Amino acid sequence: MEVSRFWRTTKQRYQLIGEVCGHCGTKIFPPRDVCPSCDLEAKTPFEFGGKGEVFSYSTIHQAPAGFEKYVPYTVALVKLEEGPLITAQLTDVDECDVKIGMPVEMVTRALREDGERGMLIYSYKFRPVMESKSI
Amino acid sequence: MRDVSIIGVGQIPVAEHWDKSIREMGYLALSAAMRNAKVTVLDALYVGNMLSGELARQEHLGALIADFSGLRGVEAVKIEAACASGGAAMRMGYMAVASGLCNFVAVMGVEKMTDQQGPDITAGLAMAADGDYEALHGLSFVSINALLMRRYMHEYGYTKGDFANFAINAHANGVGNPNAMFRAPITFKAFSEAKSVADPINLLDSSPIADGAACAILAPTAIASEFSDKPIRVRASSIATDTVSLHDRREPLWLEAAALSASRAYDMAGVRASDISFFELHDAFTIMSALSLEAAGFAARGHGVRMAQDGSIGRTGKLPITTMGGLKARGHPVGATGMYQIAEVALQLREEAGPNQIANASLGMAQNIGGSGATVVTTILERIK
Ligand SMILES: [Zn+2]
Repeated sequence: MEVSRFWRTTKQRYQLIGEVCGHCGTKIFPPRDVCPSCDLEAKTPFEFGGKGEVFSYSTIHQAPAGFEKYVPYTVALVKLEEGPLITAQLTDVDECDVKIGMPVEMVTRALREDGERGMLIYSYKFRPVMESKSI
Repeated sequence: MRDVSIIGVGQIPVAEHWDKSIREMGYLALSAAMRNAKVTVLDALYVGNMLSGELARQEHLGALIADFSGLRGVEAVKIEAACASGGAAMRMGYMAVASGLCNFVAVMGVEKMTDQQGPDITAGLAMAADGDYEALHGLSFVSINALLMRRYMHEYGYTKGDFANFAINAHANGVGNPNAMFRAPITFKAFSEAKSVADPINLLDSSPIADGAACAILAPTAIASEFSDKPIRVRASSIATDTVSLHDRREPLWLEAAALSASRAYDMAGVRASDISFFELHDAFTIMSALSLEAAGFAARGHGVRMAQDGSIGRTGKLPITTMGGLKARGHPVGATGMYQIAEVALQLREEAGPNQIANASLGMAQNIGGSGATVVTTILERIK
Protein backbone atom coordinates (compact mmCIF):
# COMPACT_ATOMS: atom_id res chain seq x y z
CA MET A 1 0.00 0.00 0.00
CA GLU A 2 1.28 3.45 -0.90
CA VAL A 3 2.40 5.55 2.10
CA SER A 4 0.36 8.56 0.99
CA ARG A 5 -2.77 6.44 0.62
CA PHE A 6 -2.16 4.95 4.06
CA TRP A 7 -1.74 8.42 5.57
CA ARG A 8 -4.79 9.83 3.76
CA THR A 9 -7.23 7.39 5.35
CA THR A 10 -5.67 7.18 8.84
CA LYS A 11 -8.37 9.18 10.61
CA GLN A 12 -11.14 7.05 9.22
CA ARG A 13 -9.37 3.80 9.98
CA TYR A 14 -8.13 4.60 13.51
CA GLN A 15 -11.01 6.64 14.88
CA LEU A 16 -13.99 5.97 12.64
CA ILE A 17 -14.21 9.64 11.69
CA GLY A 18 -16.91 10.26 9.12
CA GLU A 19 -19.12 13.25 8.54
CA VAL A 20 -22.45 14.68 9.57
CA CYS A 21 -24.54 16.59 7.04
CA GLY A 22 -25.18 20.16 8.19
CA HIS A 23 -28.30 20.30 6.03
CA CYS A 24 -30.23 17.14 6.91
CA GLY A 25 -28.30 15.61 9.82
CA THR A 26 -27.42 12.33 8.09
CA LYS A 27 -24.37 10.61 9.59
CA ILE A 28 -21.96 9.55 6.84
CA PHE A 29 -19.29 6.84 6.79
CA PRO A 30 -17.01 6.54 4.91
CA PRO A 31 -16.65 10.31 4.38
CA ARG A 32 -17.79 11.31 0.89
CA ASP A 33 -18.11 15.13 0.94
CA VAL A 34 -21.53 15.12 -0.74
CA CYS A 35 -24.42 13.92 1.43
CA PRO A 36 -26.03 10.74 -0.02
CA SER A 37 -29.43 11.75 1.41
CA CYS A 38 -29.79 15.36 0.22
CA ASP A 39 -26.90 15.70 -2.31
CA LEU A 40 -25.62 18.88 -0.62
CA GLU A 41 -22.06 19.37 0.57
CA ALA A 42 -21.31 17.71 3.92
CA LYS A 43 -17.86 18.31 5.38
CA THR A 44 -18.37 18.47 9.15
CA PRO A 45 -16.30 15.71 10.81
CA PHE A 46 -18.20 13.27 13.03
CA GLU A 47 -16.74 10.55 15.23
CA PHE A 48 -18.80 7.37 15.32
CA GLY A 49 -19.23 5.52 18.61
CA GLY A 50 -18.08 2.22 17.12
CA LYS A 51 -21.10 0.19 18.21
CA GLY A 52 -23.42 -1.68 15.89
CA GLU A 53 -24.73 -5.05 14.84
CA VAL A 54 -23.89 -7.61 12.17
CA PHE A 55 -26.00 -7.03 9.03
CA SER A 56 -24.36 -9.83 7.03
CA TYR A 57 -21.09 -11.79 7.09
CA SER A 58 -18.91 -14.18 5.10
CA THR A 59 -15.90 -16.32 5.90
CA ILE A 60 -13.28 -16.07 3.17
CA HIS A 61 -11.45 -19.23 2.08
CA GLN A 62 -9.83 -17.87 -1.10
CA ALA A 63 -8.15 -14.57 -0.32
CA PRO A 64 -6.86 -11.78 -2.54
CA ALA A 65 -3.07 -11.27 -2.79
CA GLY A 66 -1.73 -9.92 0.52
CA PHE A 67 -4.31 -11.73 2.64
CA GLU A 68 -3.51 -15.38 1.82
CA LYS A 69 -1.87 -16.14 5.15
CA TYR A 70 -4.87 -14.99 7.18
CA VAL A 71 -7.33 -17.47 5.62
CA PRO A 72 -9.94 -18.27 6.83
CA TYR A 73 -11.10 -14.86 8.08
CA THR A 74 -14.57 -13.41 8.47
CA VAL A 75 -15.77 -10.13 6.96
CA ALA A 76 -19.03 -8.37 7.64
CA LEU A 77 -21.37 -5.53 6.89
CA VAL A 78 -21.97 -3.87 10.26
CA LYS A 79 -24.94 -1.57 10.83
CA LEU A 80 -23.63 1.24 13.04
CA GLU A 81 -25.88 2.65 15.76
CA GLU A 82 -25.77 6.04 14.05
CA GLY A 83 -27.17 4.60 10.82
CA PRO A 84 -24.63 3.76 8.12
CA LEU A 85 -23.38 0.33 7.11
CA ILE A 86 -19.63 -0.26 7.27
CA THR A 87 -17.56 -3.05 5.72
CA ALA A 88 -14.95 -4.58 8.02
CA GLN A 89 -13.36 -7.76 9.33
CA LEU A 90 -14.67 -9.46 12.44
CA THR A 91 -12.16 -10.46 15.12
CA ASP A 92 -12.03 -12.31 18.45
CA VAL A 93 -14.88 -14.58 17.40
CA ASP A 94 -15.24 -18.09 16.00
CA GLU A 95 -16.95 -18.00 12.61
CA CYS A 96 -19.52 -20.55 13.82
CA ASP A 97 -20.68 -18.13 16.52
CA VAL A 98 -21.35 -15.19 14.19
CA LYS A 99 -25.03 -14.38 13.70
CA ILE A 100 -26.91 -11.67 11.86
CA GLY A 101 -28.05 -9.15 14.48
CA MET A 102 -25.16 -9.90 16.84
CA PRO A 103 -24.01 -6.74 18.72
CA VAL A 104 -20.42 -5.78 17.87
CA GLU A 105 -17.99 -3.00 18.74
CA MET A 106 -15.01 -1.48 17.01
CA VAL A 107 -11.42 -2.31 17.94
CA THR A 108 -8.15 -1.33 16.25
CA ARG A 109 -6.16 -4.28 14.89
CA ALA A 110 -3.50 -5.01 12.29
CA LEU A 111 -5.15 -5.71 8.94
CA ARG A 112 -2.10 -7.08 7.21
CA GLU A 113 1.59 -6.69 6.72
CA ASP A 114 2.55 -4.93 3.53
CA GLY A 115 4.91 -7.40 1.83
CA GLU A 116 7.19 -4.96 0.04
CA ARG A 117 7.69 -2.39 2.78
CA GLY A 118 7.09 -4.55 5.86
CA MET A 119 4.64 -1.90 7.03
CA LEU A 120 1.80 -3.05 9.29
CA ILE A 121 -1.54 -1.66 8.18
CA TYR A 122 -3.88 -1.02 11.12
CA SER A 123 -7.58 -0.49 10.86
CA TYR A 124 -10.92 -0.89 12.55
CA LYS A 125 -12.28 -4.38 12.99
CA PHE A 126 -15.36 -5.41 14.96
CA ARG A 127 -15.69 -7.93 17.80
CA PRO A 128 -18.66 -9.21 19.79
CA VAL A 129 -19.66 -6.76 22.53
CA MET A 130 -18.13 -7.92 25.82
CA GLU A 131 -20.39 -8.04 28.88
CA SER A 132 -19.15 -5.24 31.17
CA LYS A 133 -17.86 -6.69 34.44
CA SER A 134 -19.37 -5.35 37.64
CA ILE A 135 -16.89 -4.54 40.36
CA MET B 1 -31.44 9.48 -34.03
CA ARG B 2 -30.93 6.53 -36.36
CA ASP B 3 -32.13 2.99 -35.79
CA VAL B 4 -29.22 0.56 -35.22
CA SER B 5 -28.80 -3.14 -36.02
CA ILE B 6 -26.27 -5.91 -35.48
CA ILE B 7 -25.10 -7.21 -38.87
CA GLY B 8 -22.57 -9.75 -37.63
CA VAL B 9 -21.20 -11.47 -34.54
CA GLY B 10 -18.03 -13.44 -33.75
CA GLN B 11 -16.61 -15.18 -30.71
CA ILE B 12 -13.85 -17.52 -29.66
CA PRO B 13 -14.44 -20.35 -27.19
CA VAL B 14 -14.20 -19.29 -23.55
CA ALA B 15 -11.24 -21.25 -22.18
CA GLU B 16 -7.75 -21.01 -20.73
CA HIS B 17 -6.04 -19.75 -23.89
CA TRP B 18 -2.43 -20.17 -22.79
CA ASP B 19 -1.31 -20.15 -26.44
CA LYS B 20 -2.98 -16.84 -27.31
CA SER B 21 -2.20 -13.25 -26.31
CA ILE B 22 -4.91 -10.68 -25.67
CA ARG B 23 -4.33 -9.08 -29.09
CA GLU B 24 -4.71 -12.42 -30.87
CA MET B 25 -7.93 -13.19 -29.03
CA GLY B 26 -9.28 -9.76 -29.92
CA TYR B 27 -8.31 -10.19 -33.55
CA LEU B 28 -9.95 -13.64 -33.81
CA ALA B 29 -13.30 -12.40 -32.49
CA LEU B 30 -13.16 -9.19 -34.55
CA SER B 31 -12.26 -10.92 -37.83
CA ALA B 32 -14.98 -13.54 -37.28
CA ALA B 33 -17.56 -10.79 -36.71
CA MET B 34 -16.39 -8.81 -39.77
CA ARG B 35 -16.61 -11.93 -41.97
CA ASN B 36 -20.05 -12.65 -40.56
CA ALA B 37 -21.12 -9.07 -41.39
CA LYS B 38 -19.37 -9.08 -44.77
CA VAL B 39 -17.60 -5.80 -44.03
CA THR B 40 -13.92 -5.01 -44.60
CA VAL B 41 -13.73 -1.49 -43.21
CA LEU B 42 -14.87 0.05 -39.94
CA ASP B 43 -15.44 3.59 -38.71
CA ALA B 44 -14.68 2.73 -35.10
CA LEU B 45 -13.72 -0.07 -32.72
CA TYR B 46 -14.74 -0.02 -29.04
CA VAL B 47 -12.94 -2.58 -26.89
CA GLY B 48 -14.56 -3.49 -23.59
CA ASN B 49 -11.99 -4.72 -21.09
CA MET B 50 -11.54 -4.56 -17.34
CA LEU B 51 -8.18 -5.93 -16.26
CA SER B 52 -5.69 -5.92 -19.13
CA GLY B 53 -3.32 -3.57 -17.27
CA GLU B 54 -3.40 -5.69 -14.14
CA LEU B 55 -3.55 -9.24 -15.51
CA ALA B 56 -2.26 -9.07 -19.10
CA ARG B 57 0.25 -6.26 -18.38
CA GLN B 58 -1.10 -4.40 -21.39
CA GLU B 59 -3.13 -1.25 -21.73
CA HIS B 60 -3.97 0.79 -24.83
CA LEU B 61 -6.04 -2.05 -26.25
CA GLY B 62 -7.93 0.09 -28.78
CA ALA B 63 -4.88 0.92 -30.88
CA LEU B 64 -3.21 -2.43 -30.17
CA ILE B 65 -6.07 -4.59 -31.43
CA ALA B 66 -6.91 -2.23 -34.32
CA ASP B 67 -3.32 -2.39 -35.58
CA PHE B 68 -2.98 -6.14 -35.03
CA SER B 69 -6.20 -6.66 -37.00
CA GLY B 70 -5.03 -4.65 -40.00
CA LEU B 71 -7.19 -1.64 -39.22
CA ARG B 72 -4.43 0.88 -38.52
CA GLY B 73 -5.81 4.43 -38.57
CA VAL B 74 -9.33 3.54 -37.38
CA GLU B 75 -10.83 5.25 -34.32
CA ALA B 76 -10.32 2.76 -31.48
CA VAL B 77 -10.50 3.02 -27.68
CA LYS B 78 -10.85 0.80 -24.63
CA ILE B 79 -14.00 1.10 -22.52
CA GLU B 80 -13.87 0.10 -18.86
CA ALA B 81 -16.74 -0.48 -16.41
CA ALA B 82 -15.51 -3.48 -14.39
CA CYS B 83 -17.45 -6.67 -15.27
CA ALA B 84 -19.82 -4.51 -17.35
CA SER B 85 -17.06 -3.36 -19.72
CA GLY B 86 -18.32 -5.48 -22.63
CA GLY B 87 -21.88 -4.22 -22.32
CA ALA B 88 -20.57 -0.66 -21.97
CA ALA B 89 -18.64 -1.02 -25.27
CA MET B 90 -21.92 -2.09 -26.89
CA ARG B 91 -23.59 1.06 -25.58
CA MET B 92 -20.76 3.30 -26.89
CA GLY B 93 -20.99 1.69 -30.32
CA TYR B 94 -24.76 2.03 -30.31
CA MET B 95 -24.48 5.76 -29.59
CA ALA B 96 -21.86 6.21 -32.30
CA VAL B 97 -24.09 4.67 -34.99
CA ALA B 98 -27.38 6.12 -33.69
CA SER B 99 -25.89 9.62 -33.65
CA GLY B 100 -24.96 9.41 -37.31
CA LEU B 101 -21.25 9.96 -36.64
CA CYS B 102 -20.31 6.39 -37.62
CA ASN B 103 -21.78 3.80 -39.98
CA PHE B 104 -19.85 0.62 -39.21
CA VAL B 105 -18.71 0.07 -35.64
CA ALA B 106 -17.18 -3.03 -34.04
CA VAL B 107 -17.98 -3.49 -30.36
CA MET B 108 -15.84 -6.05 -28.59
CA GLY B 109 -15.23 -7.51 -25.18
CA VAL B 110 -11.90 -9.17 -24.47
CA GLU B 111 -10.19 -10.42 -21.31
CA LYS B 112 -7.01 -12.37 -20.59
CA MET B 113 -7.04 -13.61 -17.00
CA THR B 114 -5.23 -16.93 -16.84
CA ASP B 115 -1.66 -15.65 -17.25
CA GLN B 116 -1.76 -14.77 -13.53
CA GLN B 117 -2.07 -16.79 -10.31
CA GLY B 118 -5.22 -17.13 -8.18
CA PRO B 119 -4.51 -14.52 -5.46
CA ASP B 120 -3.48 -11.90 -8.05
CA ILE B 121 -6.64 -12.53 -10.08
CA THR B 122 -8.70 -12.33 -6.87
CA ALA B 123 -7.03 -9.02 -6.00
CA GLY B 124 -7.59 -7.76 -9.55
CA LEU B 125 -11.29 -8.60 -9.47
CA ALA B 126 -11.58 -6.81 -6.11
CA MET B 127 -10.77 -3.60 -8.02
CA ALA B 128 -14.41 -3.65 -9.13
CA ALA B 129 -15.20 -2.86 -5.48
CA ASP B 130 -14.25 0.15 -3.32
CA GLY B 131 -10.45 0.11 -2.96
CA ASP B 132 -10.23 2.09 0.28
CA TYR B 133 -13.25 0.71 2.11
CA GLU B 134 -13.87 -2.83 0.83
CA ALA B 135 -10.77 -4.29 -0.84
CA LEU B 136 -8.37 -2.75 1.72
CA HIS B 137 -10.12 -4.77 4.43
CA GLY B 138 -9.40 -8.04 2.66
CA LEU B 139 -12.75 -8.47 0.96
CA SER B 140 -12.63 -10.49 -2.23
CA PHE B 141 -15.22 -9.82 -4.91
CA VAL B 142 -16.76 -13.21 -4.10
CA SER B 143 -17.14 -12.28 -0.43
CA ILE B 144 -19.04 -9.10 -1.33
CA ASN B 145 -21.55 -11.26 -3.23
CA ALA B 146 -21.54 -13.66 -0.27
CA LEU B 147 -22.63 -10.80 2.02
CA LEU B 148 -25.58 -10.26 -0.31
CA MET B 149 -26.44 -13.95 -0.46
CA ARG B 150 -26.32 -14.43 3.31
CA ARG B 151 -28.54 -11.39 3.90
CA TYR B 152 -30.97 -12.53 1.17
CA MET B 153 -31.27 -15.99 2.76
CA HIS B 154 -31.82 -14.34 6.16
CA GLU B 155 -34.43 -11.81 5.06
CA TYR B 156 -36.45 -14.08 2.79
CA GLY B 157 -35.95 -17.41 4.54
CA TYR B 158 -34.13 -19.43 1.88
CA THR B 159 -31.52 -22.15 2.30
CA LYS B 160 -28.44 -22.46 0.17
CA GLY B 161 -29.85 -25.41 -1.76
CA ASP B 162 -32.70 -23.19 -3.01
CA PHE B 163 -30.19 -21.48 -5.34
CA ALA B 164 -28.95 -24.73 -6.92
CA ASN B 165 -31.14 -24.66 -10.01
CA PHE B 166 -29.50 -21.47 -11.29
CA ALA B 167 -26.21 -23.35 -11.57
CA ILE B 168 -27.78 -26.64 -12.71
CA ASN B 169 -29.73 -24.86 -15.48
CA ALA B 170 -26.65 -22.95 -16.64
CA HIS B 171 -24.57 -26.13 -16.87
CA ALA B 172 -27.37 -27.97 -18.68
CA ASN B 173 -27.30 -25.19 -21.29
CA GLY B 174 -23.50 -25.14 -21.48
CA VAL B 175 -23.59 -28.71 -22.84
CA GLY B 176 -24.96 -27.53 -26.20
CA ASN B 177 -22.73 -24.46 -26.64
CA PRO B 178 -19.48 -25.18 -28.51
CA ASN B 179 -18.01 -21.93 -27.10
CA ALA B 180 -18.75 -22.77 -23.46
CA MET B 181 -15.97 -23.48 -20.99
CA PHE B 182 -17.95 -26.16 -19.11
CA ARG B 183 -19.95 -28.56 -21.24
CA ALA B 184 -20.96 -31.10 -18.58
CA PRO B 185 -24.12 -31.09 -16.45
CA ILE B 186 -23.92 -30.85 -12.67
CA THR B 187 -26.15 -32.41 -10.01
CA PHE B 188 -27.77 -31.05 -6.88
CA LYS B 189 -25.44 -33.27 -4.87
CA ALA B 190 -22.35 -31.78 -6.54
CA PHE B 191 -23.70 -28.28 -5.90
CA SER B 192 -24.35 -29.03 -2.23
CA GLU B 193 -20.90 -30.51 -1.68
CA ALA B 194 -18.80 -28.01 -3.64
CA LYS B 195 -15.88 -26.35 -1.87
CA SER B 196 -16.55 -23.02 -0.16
CA VAL B 197 -14.94 -19.92 -1.67
CA ALA B 198 -16.46 -17.30 0.64
CA ASP B 199 -19.23 -18.75 2.73
CA PRO B 200 -22.11 -19.19 1.74
CA ILE B 201 -20.80 -19.01 -1.86
CA ASN B 202 -19.13 -22.17 -3.12
CA LEU B 203 -17.40 -23.08 -6.35
CA LEU B 204 -20.66 -24.06 -8.06
CA ASP B 205 -22.38 -20.78 -7.20
CA SER B 206 -19.51 -19.00 -8.94
CA SER B 207 -18.68 -18.37 -12.57
CA PRO B 208 -15.16 -19.45 -13.57
CA ILE B 209 -12.15 -17.27 -14.39
CA ALA B 210 -11.35 -17.55 -18.09
CA ASP B 211 -9.98 -15.97 -21.25
CA GLY B 212 -12.27 -14.91 -24.06
CA ALA B 213 -13.26 -12.42 -26.74
CA ALA B 214 -16.59 -11.72 -28.46
CA CYS B 215 -17.57 -9.07 -30.96
CA ALA B 216 -20.52 -7.60 -32.87
CA ILE B 217 -20.68 -5.27 -35.87
CA LEU B 218 -23.24 -2.45 -35.69
CA ALA B 219 -24.67 -0.50 -38.65
CA PRO B 220 -27.69 1.68 -39.41
CA THR B 221 -30.82 -0.47 -39.73
CA ALA B 222 -31.62 1.27 -43.03
CA ILE B 223 -28.71 -0.50 -44.75
CA ALA B 224 -28.43 -3.59 -42.50
CA SER B 225 -30.15 -5.95 -44.92
CA GLU B 226 -27.45 -5.26 -47.54
CA PHE B 227 -24.96 -6.96 -45.23
CA SER B 228 -26.94 -9.58 -43.35
CA ASP B 229 -29.79 -11.96 -44.20
CA LYS B 230 -30.83 -11.80 -40.56
CA PRO B 231 -30.05 -8.39 -39.12
CA ILE B 232 -30.83 -7.97 -35.45
CA ARG B 233 -32.32 -4.66 -34.44
CA VAL B 234 -31.18 -2.93 -31.25
CA ARG B 235 -34.47 -1.96 -29.68
CA ALA B 236 -32.90 -0.54 -26.51
CA SER B 237 -29.54 0.18 -24.95
CA SER B 238 -29.02 1.75 -21.53
CA ILE B 239 -26.52 2.13 -18.71
CA ALA B 240 -27.28 3.10 -15.12
CA THR B 241 -25.01 3.41 -12.10
CA ASP B 242 -25.19 2.98 -8.33
CA THR B 243 -22.71 3.24 -5.45
CA VAL B 244 -19.59 1.13 -5.99
CA SER B 245 -19.59 -0.14 -2.40
CA LEU B 246 -22.34 -2.27 -0.97
CA HIS B 247 -22.33 -0.40 2.34
CA ASP B 248 -23.36 2.86 0.62
CA ARG B 249 -26.51 1.40 -0.97
CA ARG B 250 -29.94 2.47 0.22
CA GLU B 251 -31.06 -1.16 0.24
CA PRO B 252 -28.27 -3.67 -0.43
CA LEU B 253 -30.70 -6.34 -1.66
CA TRP B 254 -32.24 -4.08 -4.29
CA LEU B 255 -30.06 -3.55 -7.38
CA GLU B 256 -31.16 0.00 -8.05
CA ALA B 257 -28.98 0.43 -11.14
CA ALA B 258 -30.33 -2.82 -12.60
CA ALA B 259 -33.90 -1.63 -12.06
CA LEU B 260 -33.13 1.79 -13.52
CA SER B 261 -31.24 0.38 -16.48
CA ALA B 262 -34.02 -2.14 -17.23
CA SER B 263 -36.82 0.43 -16.95
CA ARG B 264 -34.98 2.85 -19.24
CA ALA B 265 -34.56 0.00 -21.74
CA TYR B 266 -38.25 -0.97 -21.55
CA ASP B 267 -39.23 2.67 -22.11
CA MET B 268 -36.88 3.03 -25.06
CA ALA B 269 -38.17 -0.16 -26.70
CA GLY B 270 -41.78 0.56 -25.75
CA VAL B 271 -42.16 -2.89 -24.18
CA ARG B 272 -42.77 -4.41 -20.76
CA ALA B 273 -40.89 -7.14 -18.92
CA SER B 274 -43.60 -9.62 -19.91
CA ASP B 275 -42.83 -9.03 -23.62
CA ILE B 276 -39.25 -10.37 -23.27
CA SER B 277 -38.89 -13.91 -24.71
CA PHE B 278 -35.60 -14.79 -22.98
CA PHE B 279 -33.05 -13.11 -20.74
CA GLU B 280 -29.27 -13.41 -20.71
CA LEU B 281 -28.63 -12.23 -17.17
CA HIS B 282 -25.39 -11.72 -15.28
CA ASP B 283 -25.09 -14.94 -13.24
CA ALA B 284 -21.59 -14.26 -11.91
CA PHE B 285 -22.98 -15.83 -8.71
CA THR B 286 -26.34 -17.53 -8.13
CA ILE B 287 -27.41 -14.63 -5.88
CA MET B 288 -26.89 -12.18 -8.76
CA SER B 289 -29.35 -14.17 -10.90
CA ALA B 290 -32.03 -13.81 -8.23
CA LEU B 291 -31.40 -10.10 -7.69
CA SER B 292 -31.27 -9.41 -11.43
CA LEU B 293 -34.61 -11.17 -12.06
CA GLU B 294 -36.19 -9.05 -9.34
CA ALA B 295 -34.68 -5.72 -10.41
CA ALA B 296 -35.62 -6.27 -14.07
CA GLY B 297 -39.23 -6.85 -13.10
CA PHE B 298 -39.56 -10.60 -13.71
CA ALA B 299 -40.08 -11.49 -10.04
CA ALA B 300 -41.25 -9.71 -6.89
CA ARG B 301 -38.65 -8.87 -4.24
CA GLY B 302 -37.51 -12.03 -2.54
CA HIS B 303 -39.11 -14.22 -5.24
CA GLY B 304 -36.22 -14.39 -7.75
CA VAL B 305 -35.05 -17.73 -6.38
CA ARG B 306 -38.52 -19.23 -6.88
CA MET B 307 -38.14 -18.86 -10.66
CA ALA B 308 -35.21 -21.27 -10.44
CA GLN B 309 -37.18 -23.64 -8.25
CA ASP B 310 -40.36 -23.78 -10.35
CA GLY B 311 -38.68 -24.34 -13.73
CA SER B 312 -39.47 -20.90 -15.21
CA ILE B 313 -35.84 -20.38 -16.27
CA GLY B 314 -35.36 -23.54 -18.38
CA ARG B 315 -35.21 -23.45 -22.18
CA THR B 316 -38.91 -24.33 -22.36
CA GLY B 317 -39.89 -22.29 -19.29
CA LYS B 318 -41.73 -19.00 -19.32
CA LEU B 319 -38.49 -16.97 -19.16
CA PRO B 320 -35.45 -18.95 -20.34
CA ILE B 321 -32.22 -17.50 -18.91
CA THR B 322 -28.51 -18.19 -19.53
CA THR B 323 -29.57 -20.14 -22.63
CA MET B 324 -25.99 -20.74 -23.81
CA GLY B 325 -24.63 -21.55 -20.36
CA GLY B 326 -24.45 -18.07 -18.86
CA LEU B 327 -21.43 -16.81 -16.96
CA LYS B 328 -21.55 -19.96 -14.86
CA ALA B 329 -20.99 -22.54 -17.63
CA ARG B 330 -20.01 -20.53 -20.72
CA GLY B 331 -17.45 -18.84 -18.47
CA HIS B 332 -16.83 -15.29 -17.23
CA PRO B 333 -13.86 -13.57 -18.88
CA VAL B 334 -14.97 -10.43 -17.04
CA GLY B 335 -14.63 -7.58 -19.55
CA ALA B 336 -15.64 -9.86 -22.43
CA THR B 337 -18.79 -11.25 -20.82
CA GLY B 338 -21.16 -8.46 -21.88
CA MET B 339 -20.33 -9.05 -25.54
CA TYR B 340 -20.74 -12.84 -25.22
CA GLN B 341 -24.25 -12.09 -23.93
CA ILE B 342 -24.97 -9.87 -26.96
CA ALA B 343 -23.60 -12.47 -29.40
CA GLU B 344 -25.68 -15.19 -27.74
CA VAL B 345 -28.91 -13.18 -27.85
CA ALA B 346 -28.23 -12.45 -31.53
CA LEU B 347 -27.65 -16.15 -32.28
CA GLN B 348 -30.92 -17.11 -30.57
CA LEU B 349 -32.83 -14.47 -32.54
CA ARG B 350 -31.18 -15.61 -35.80
CA GLU B 351 -32.22 -19.18 -34.93
CA GLU B 352 -28.58 -20.26 -35.00
CA ALA B 353 -28.33 -21.48 -31.41
CA GLY B 354 -28.11 -25.15 -32.42
CA PRO B 355 -29.33 -27.63 -29.81
CA ASN B 356 -30.01 -24.71 -27.44
CA GLN B 357 -32.41 -22.96 -29.80
CA ILE B 358 -35.45 -21.49 -28.06
CA ALA B 359 -38.79 -21.69 -29.85
CA ASN B 360 -40.44 -18.43 -30.92
CA ALA B 361 -37.68 -16.15 -29.67
CA SER B 362 -38.58 -12.67 -30.86
CA LEU B 363 -37.35 -10.24 -28.23
CA GLY B 364 -34.18 -11.00 -26.25
CA MET B 365 -32.66 -9.04 -23.39
CA ALA B 366 -29.12 -9.01 -22.01
CA GLN B 367 -28.09 -7.47 -18.72
CA ASN B 368 -24.42 -7.01 -17.87
CA ILE B 369 -23.55 -6.06 -14.28
CA GLY B 370 -20.34 -4.35 -13.15
CA GLY B 371 -19.14 -4.90 -9.59
CA SER B 372 -21.86 -5.78 -7.10
CA GLY B 373 -24.34 -3.71 -9.13
CA ALA B 374 -22.62 -0.33 -9.60
CA THR B 375 -22.80 -0.30 -13.41
CA VAL B 376 -25.61 -2.09 -15.20
CA VAL B 377 -26.04 -2.26 -18.96
CA THR B 378 -29.30 -3.48 -20.46
CA THR B 379 -29.73 -4.27 -24.16
CA ILE B 380 -32.91 -5.41 -25.90
CA LEU B 381 -32.59 -7.01 -29.33
CA GLU B 382 -35.16 -8.10 -31.91
CA ARG B 383 -35.09 -10.14 -35.09
CA ILE B 384 -36.16 -8.10 -38.12
CA LYS B 385 -38.70 -10.25 -39.97
ZN1 LIG C 1 -27.82 15.80 3.86
